Amino acid sequence: MTATLRRFMGHRLAWPLIAVIVLIAADEVARPAFLSIRMQDGHLYGNVVDILRNGAPIALIGLGMTLVIASRGIDLSVGAVVAIAGAISCSYIVSTHHQGTLSAALVGVAIAIAAGLVLGAWNGFLVSTLGIQPIIATLVLMVAGRGVAQLITSGQIITIHNSYYHAIGDGYVLTLPIPVLITMAAFVLAGILTRRTALGTLIEAIGINPVASRLTGIRAGTIVWIVYVVSGLCATVAGLMITSNVSAADANNAGLFIELDAILAVVLGGTSLRGGRYSLVGTIVGAFVLSTLTTTVYNFGIPANENLVFEAPVVIAVVLLQSERRRELLDLWRRRRIRSQVSEVPA
Amino acid sequence: MAAASGARFPSAWMAGVRLRVDPRYAPTLATIALFVGMVVVGSLRFPNFLSAQVFLNLLIDHSFLLVVAVGMTFVIISGGIDLSVGAVVALAMILSAKLLRQGWNPALVVALVLTLGFLYGSAQGLLIQYFDIQPFIATLAGMIFARGLCYVTSLDSIPIRDSLYTAASQTRIGLFFVRTPDYHYYGTVLVPVRDAFVSPAVVIALLVVVIAFVVLHYSRFGRTVYAIGGNESSAVLMGLAVPRTKVLVYAISGLCSATGGILWNVYSLSGFPRAGIGMELDAIAAVVVGGALLTGGYGYVLGSVVGVLILGLVQTFIEFDGTLSSWWTKIFIGGLLLVFILVQRLLSRRTLRLPRSRRVRAAPSPPLVEQAAVEQAAVERPT
Repeated sequence: MTATLRRFMGHRLAWPLIAVIVLIAADEVARPAFLSIRMQDGHLYGNVVDILRNGAPIALIGLGMTLVIASRGIDLSVGAVVAIAGAISCSYIVSTHHQGTLSAALVGVAIAIAAGLVLGAWNGFLVSTLGIQPIIATLVLMVAGRGVAQLITSGQIITIHNSYYHAIGDGYVLTLPIPVLITMAAFVLAGILTRRTALGTLIEAIGINPVASRLTGIRAGTIVWIVYVVSGLCATVAGLMITSNVSAADANNAGLFIELDAILAVVLGGTSLRGGRYSLVGTIVGAFVLSTLTTTVYNFGIPANENLVFEAPVVIAVVLLQSERRRELLDLWRRRRIRSQVSEVPA
Repeated sequence: MAAASGARFPSAWMAGVRLRVDPRYAPTLATIALFVGMVVVGSLRFPNFLSAQVFLNLLIDHSFLLVVAVGMTFVIISGGIDLSVGAVVALAMILSAKLLRQGWNPALVVALVLTLGFLYGSAQGLLIQYFDIQPFIATLAGMIFARGLCYVTSLDSIPIRDSLYTAASQTRIGLFFVRTPDYHYYGTVLVPVRDAFVSPAVVIALLVVVIAFVVLHYSRFGRTVYAIGGNESSAVLMGLAVPRTKVLVYAISGLCSATGGILWNVYSLSGFPRAGIGMELDAIAAVVVGGALLTGGYGYVLGSVVGVLILGLVQTFIEFDGTLSSWWTKIFIGGLLLVFILVQRLLSRRTLRLPRSRRVRAAPSPPLVEQAAVEQAAVERPT
């Protein structure tokens, strides 16, 4: 039992999981029916479902971000891509004659995804072909992208009426919310593509040593490019979820700071910002630490304006508990204790 | 990083390079050239553009960003990043506005807010230095926390009616004087020219710039900052005070942000919790446009000053034009960033290459410096 416990505590996801469990336990204590899930109109309702649904966009962006970070990069532009995706799809749907039709929704989504792929390829071009540092290459699109989104919407908030489009963010299939299903499918697909093929290992190799990986024959340039395109795609789909949930494209506020949330989710999931080893499951856990935290703050009746004050210490605590430094200190302390016990034994 | 140190001591092989400008100054010189170019274009396009007050307004309207960018320069040269500046500016603003409304002595408020800014930055520096949390994550948490404190303090804008602050905001300091006849005394007196004035905030901001310039370029501390940005392991091996310097760099950024907050207080005569959202981006953009490298080890205080002025000039252009909407500012700044990164990339390719590869053009020799940098980084990685 203790061996299992120690193995669990040694795992890098131990602390984020403990954070989720503690938060949910606190919620259950504060409001006993917190965990209950009920069926209504053929959908699942409940706080846990809400946590999953609210965490879906961050988890999805975190998926792309994990791969980018594993290749020793970072993508700051995802928030801007979210805004552009929403702006493009909504302004297309509004411009059609009958904006409620399925074809309008489909074409809007298709155009947005095409744009997202182009934006991801742009980042990949700057990083991979021109060799610009990722943080600054994606900073360009982060700054300019929101301007582009405002340009597309002419600075207005575009409200649309299209039930098909609305379903992306607020619909249900097989009793489960569609955003959760999309995110789950994306993770399963990414897991198969990176862990059942060599792709994941190649990305990690690039993250650990780009030059060595190139010298061993890995097409580092192409893979880095792919990684940014995937990140752009994930951000676009998350942007569609976010805009469709409120049926409005707000170029100023859609996806604001979501790049920071996504990077936090990745880091909480145990992937180092220095690149190399990554964990997709970790990112899911990280994203749900964040969304559980938000729900908990609301559940406790803490005013919305105060939730940031609670978010930061939890983040710092989890990052601190996970850090190599803490492990070193703890190991040092354990060794010292063992040594003192050993020296106490009479010879 | 080895790539940076290759150009740090260029004299050994600079003889063979035709480019006479010291490569260290090249990006900053490009920035200044861009500024001059923009002024020329502006004065050709808009009739009233070329007036002293247009340029002094650049300083007046961006005095707080100037101070924040100076702090950011220290952090970026040391190889770090500070995402918390915008939130710390807002926290300083809302805190001083609230304390003033409660009747505190303004001098005490200023001292307290500056101290808190310094301590806030130090706390982030301690997390980064002693707990090995990456600067990006530590200052991100710092940003979330500071913004949260702003919203807890007040959700609404708090006006400032303190006499010292109002006086500071209304004072205009004339820069140029003309000798005009005075009809009371049958003599002449010096009268300030009407359309050439700055605010006290500008004077303070420029004072901060001068102090930062001296500290960064002429002190042991400043040299240590460059050394850490160049290669932290080497700096440690050289016996420099790396831990203390790294913490102080973030403390300085916090202090500058708090100063920026107070200057903004004076500028707007209020404090509001949503102030400075996205300001960290403007500050980083200004520093990068000013010629600093985000990998650290490169950059100048004066470069960042010109960077801020260029960002301000972009805004002035859009105001003068009148037909362009405000979002073009962001697109232009993004475009400028891109141009600068490309110029830097080009310059660093040209200047960091070893002389042999300039003469022997046949074989595509591997970029040795870059490879060395990567190997260095690989050595530093914990296995």
